[in-house]
Amino acid sequence: MEKVIITVVGKDTVGIIAKTCTYLSNENVNILDISQTIVSGYFNMMMIVDIAGLKDSFETLVSGLDDLGKEIGVSIKCQKEEIFDMMHRI
Amino acid sequence: MINRVEVSETNDMIEKENLDVRTITMGISLLDCIDSDINKTCDRVYDKITRSARDLVKTGEEISGEYGIPIVNKRISVTPISIIGASSAKSTDDFVKLAKTLDKAAKEMGVNFLGGYSALVSKGMTPAEELLIRSIPEALADTDFICSSVNLGSTRTGINMDAVRLMGEMIHKTAELTADRDSLGCAKLVVFCNAPDDNPFMAGAFHGVTEADRIINVGVSGPGVVKYALEKVRGESFEVLCETIKKTAFKVTRVGQLVAREASKKLGVPFGIVDLSLAPTPAVGDSVADILCEIGLEKAGAPGTTAALALLNDQVKKGGVMASSYVGGLSGAFIPVSEDQGMIDAASCGALTLEKLEAMTCVCSVGLDMIAVPGDTTPATISGIIADEMAIGMVNAKTTAVRLIPVIGKNVGDRVEFGGLLGWAPVMPVNKYSCEAFVNRTGRIPAPIHSFKN
Repeated sequence: MEKVIITVVGKDTVGIIAKTCTYLSNENVNILDISQTIVSGYFNMMMIVDIAGLKDSFETLVSGLDDLGKEIGVSIKCQKEEIFDMMHRI
Repeated sequence: MINRVEVSETNDMIEKENLDVRTITMGISLLDCIDSDINKTCDRVYDKITRSARDLVKTGEEISGEYGIPIVNKRISVTPISIIGASSAKSTDDFVKLAKTLDKAAKEMGVNFLGGYSALVSKGMTPAEELLIRSIPEALADTDFICSSVNLGSTRTGINMDAVRLMGEMIHKTAELTADRDSLGCAKLVVFCNAPDDNPFMAGAFHGVTEADRIINVGVSGPGVVKYALEKVRGESFEVLCETIKKTAFKVTRVGQLVAREASKKLGVPFGIVDLSLAPTPAVGDSVADILCEIGLEKAGAPGTTAALALLNDQVKKGGVMASSYVGGLSGAFIPVSEDQGMIDAASCGALTLEKLEAMTCVCSVGLDMIAVPGDTTPATISGIIADEMAIGMVNAKTTAVRLIPVIGKNVGDRVEFGGLLGWAPVMPVNKYSCEAFVNRTGRIPAPIHSFKN
């Protein structure tokens, strides 16, 4: 298993989750956990996904999600889990 | 499992508070490039560097993409060139030839600086070391990416005052030769007392002779992150203040440790150290002076500045040492003037003077850094300032450094632009009284009594 954290932040609109999940499904990325809130119209989602079966390279996933984010009007970041583990766990 | 609050805290640090990894520096030993023929030495040096660092920039960018953390600089440090050129360089021109070779290799590798045009002369100078020192002005004027450093003293050896006097002259000459660029050459030249062998930061990086063939050292940054964390504990006790700095330094250093580990794995080069310095940039919100203000000072330089900086430096180290298995380099808080918007403001309005900066260097991690002084400052005065700073380092068993820029043609109050990460600075006044008779004495200052620990 190769865990990656995807964060989606931006103004709420129709289909953010649908479009993101469809994209991930097409890339053969398995979603392990989703947590999401909306505070005063502002959408904030964090996904933990497994990229072990990823079709393309990690760089392609990062740039693909970035492009998708621009299309929907939100910011989508995709980072390997270790950076958060290192920072917040002893 | 990681939660959303932790993820957004990390991403806020990166996006809003200027958290970045300042540099991945690959140290390369050039000891196996030594030859008695200068051209052969140059060829071997070029080959070894381009062979060793081929994937450095690419790997840095790869890691940056994987973790979403900016890695600002990729750099190279090499064995002090005075040693590499000792058996082949017979003139200053030969050393300049080596400098140009290094510059060519740095450009080929796509790194933004290469450090190690250096000499370690804390007790005495060999003829080759003196030649290298005398070649520094020309070498820095004729190259773009080369950084030079000279170690002039140490707690164990005392201070080599002959070299201090010579460096006063060389700094002035470097300023003259690069006068058309606001004496920019001096921004790439630093003198040290107790220089560390594994410092990844420029201009003082070199690959010490005690190091392995190749090594990866990483320098982290993050003054903005500390400043932001302190905004939340305004008016709290010193205990809360210290605890906050410590925790933040821990988090920042952990990122450095991760990047160092990954870079080492991908490049197949052993991991050396993480340097957990707070290194400011001229960008707004990336300032060590702003942290001092957040601690409670109206401006950096106000009474209390030295104490606040001592506290900051110590807590950064305490938080950082637990975050990394190997901490080294300079590690602490940097206080360059031109590279820190808060320091620039404080110097411009007169809150910060050269004398106060000198006091601050007793408790910070390096020394008098990126300070523009009038172009008519004499070599003897520069040597006097260097001697003072070396004495602080020698007696307190700490690293101290001087990177002064006597800007030719400019006077107190003028503004100097260096550009990019080097920033801009107001020209600061220097004490006008002479120290010529002191500097002109020959020989060295003996090591202090507490150095005899055998």
